[in-house]
Amino acid sequence: MSAIASVAKKEFRAFFQSPIAYVFITLFLVLSLWIFFFLSNFFLVGQSTLRTLFDWIPITFLIFVPAVTMRMWAEEQKLGTAEILLTFPVRDWEVVLGKFLAGLAFLAVAILLTLPLAGTIAWLGNPDDGAVIAGYIGSLFVGATYLAIGLWVSSLTQNQIVAFLISIIICFVLYIVGIPVILASLPDWLVPFVANLSLGSHYDSMGRGVIDSRDILYYVSIIFFFLFLNVQTIASRRWS
Amino acid sequence: MIEVQNLTKTYGPTIAVDGISFQIPKGEVVGFLGPNGAGKTTTMRILTCYLPADSGAAQVAGYDTFTEPVEVRRRIGYLPESAPVYAELGIVEYLQFVAEIRGIPKSEREGRIAKAIERTALGPMIHKDIGQLSKGYRQRVGLAATLIHDPEVLVLDEPTTGLDPNQIIEIRQLIREIGREKTVILSTHILPEVEATCDRVLIINQGKIVASGTPAELTRAAEGKVVCRVGFRAEPAMVEPALRAAPGIEEILPLDTGTNGTCRYEISSKEQDVAERVFHLAVGNGWVLNELHTERLSLEQVFTQLTLGDK
Repeated sequence: MSAIASVAKKEFRAFFQSPIAYVFITLFLVLSLWIFFFLSNFFLVGQSTLRTLFDWIPITFLIFVPAVTMRMWAEEQKLGTAEILLTFPVRDWEVVLGKFLAGLAFLAVAILLTLPLAGTIAWLGNPDDGAVIAGYIGSLFVGATYLAIGLWVSSLTQNQIVAFLISIIICFVLYIVGIPVILASLPDWLVPFVANLSLGSHYDSMGRGVIDSRDILYYVSIIFFFLFLNVQTIASRRWS
Repeated sequence: MIEVQNLTKTYGPTIAVDGISFQIPKGEVVGFLGPNGAGKTTTMRILTCYLPADSGAAQVAGYDTFTEPVEVRRRIGYLPESAPVYAELGIVEYLQFVAEIRGIPKSEREGRIAKAIERTALGPMIHKDIGQLSKGYRQRVGLAATLIHDPEVLVLDEPTTGLDPNQIIEIRQLIREIGREKTVILSTHILPEVEATCDRVLIINQGKIVASGTPAELTRAAEGKVVCRVGFRAEPAMVEPALRAAPGIEEILPLDTGTNGTCRYEISSKEQDVAERVFHLAVGNGWVLNELHTERLSLEQVFTQLTLGDK
């Protein structure tokens, strides 16, 4: 247990040791503000809601999260520090989980920094608290899902840029796969499966303020699946 | 302390380690010597449970590397090749992380870290990030990290590559010092390094151990040949046939003959006491002996013979 915590702590600290973290958080916040005030025509519509911000979260995270995860394994493999990390008296899964939790904490910091927006709408009007809370929870789950994907992709390569781009592609496909155009082109028996696999459809219901255990189960299974792949990839050095 | 039996590891079609067996008792400093690609790093990775062997077994401090990797790693301090470090962390921060992940209780951490910093003489650099350090200091940070949990075994993969001569001497001294209490395995392809630091040498070539022994033993055992340089004040015409006729002398190479009644030869023999024989020969014939020097093959020559000899 302490191994997971110490990996997580080290990784979390490493984020803030490099300026990249600050750049990305700033970009994420500027983008969120722009979406909130201008894209949603906040001043014209006159509704005290964060709906548009949350609607756009799966898109903004598409860039933001892979940018966070891209270096987490790739750099360790490139510099050779992975060999140090993996010869400590720890198990591979503990290291993977530690890295994931560090990413999650970083993401939580970024999300929490948008809280002033929630404060703004609460001050200006009378927002639906449930929808705001569900929106934040949904955002965290989407972020965590992308995080698990990005972390796994990062473990496949030594090149951060490659990790970044491939993560974006995989996350994007997972997000978009449920849209009608794609579903219509699939054979009938595949449709329910693919529709359920789509992150987009699971996200929408949470955006409406509904926290469904099936959605939670969906996120958790996807996260576990990719963390499992990650552990396998790390262990694959042992297969020959 | 370390027991390796019949270890084999292949990467696809290439055999990296080919049925290696050896034992290292507690407290010995052992050098893996071999050309690049000989299988040194792979052997170390197996011992530190980074990679499993295809067949064979390795035990460290009584624990099997395959079935109890966590127990083995607890007892090993490992410095991988080229001493990778987390450049973005500070020295103390990094050592703290290592102490933490190795499960050292909070109350002991500070003392352990201070001791490791003291042993590796990192004191003056303590406030810097690892990324700002020179190569030599980074290597020391790596070494300090391997010492934090006071391991029984240290595995150091080429601990002196990329250092300048002064730093090399310092690191070697440090390894010697550490070797007084701990079992140390280090790999290198620099020959003077093993002579300077190791109690025993394993020469590895193409995945096999081709020789093992103390540096002195290895040099002596090299084909059992002794080379001896002799000089006489006597007529070469008399000396040479007498040397050739003497038992046990195999080869005579005139170095310098005939000038003002002296002559010098290099003779090689399988007999260890060749110098004494030459002396008696000289006395018996009434020659004046003005040079007698026995040369051993250097470790370098042994190494070349063993690693290139079969080609």
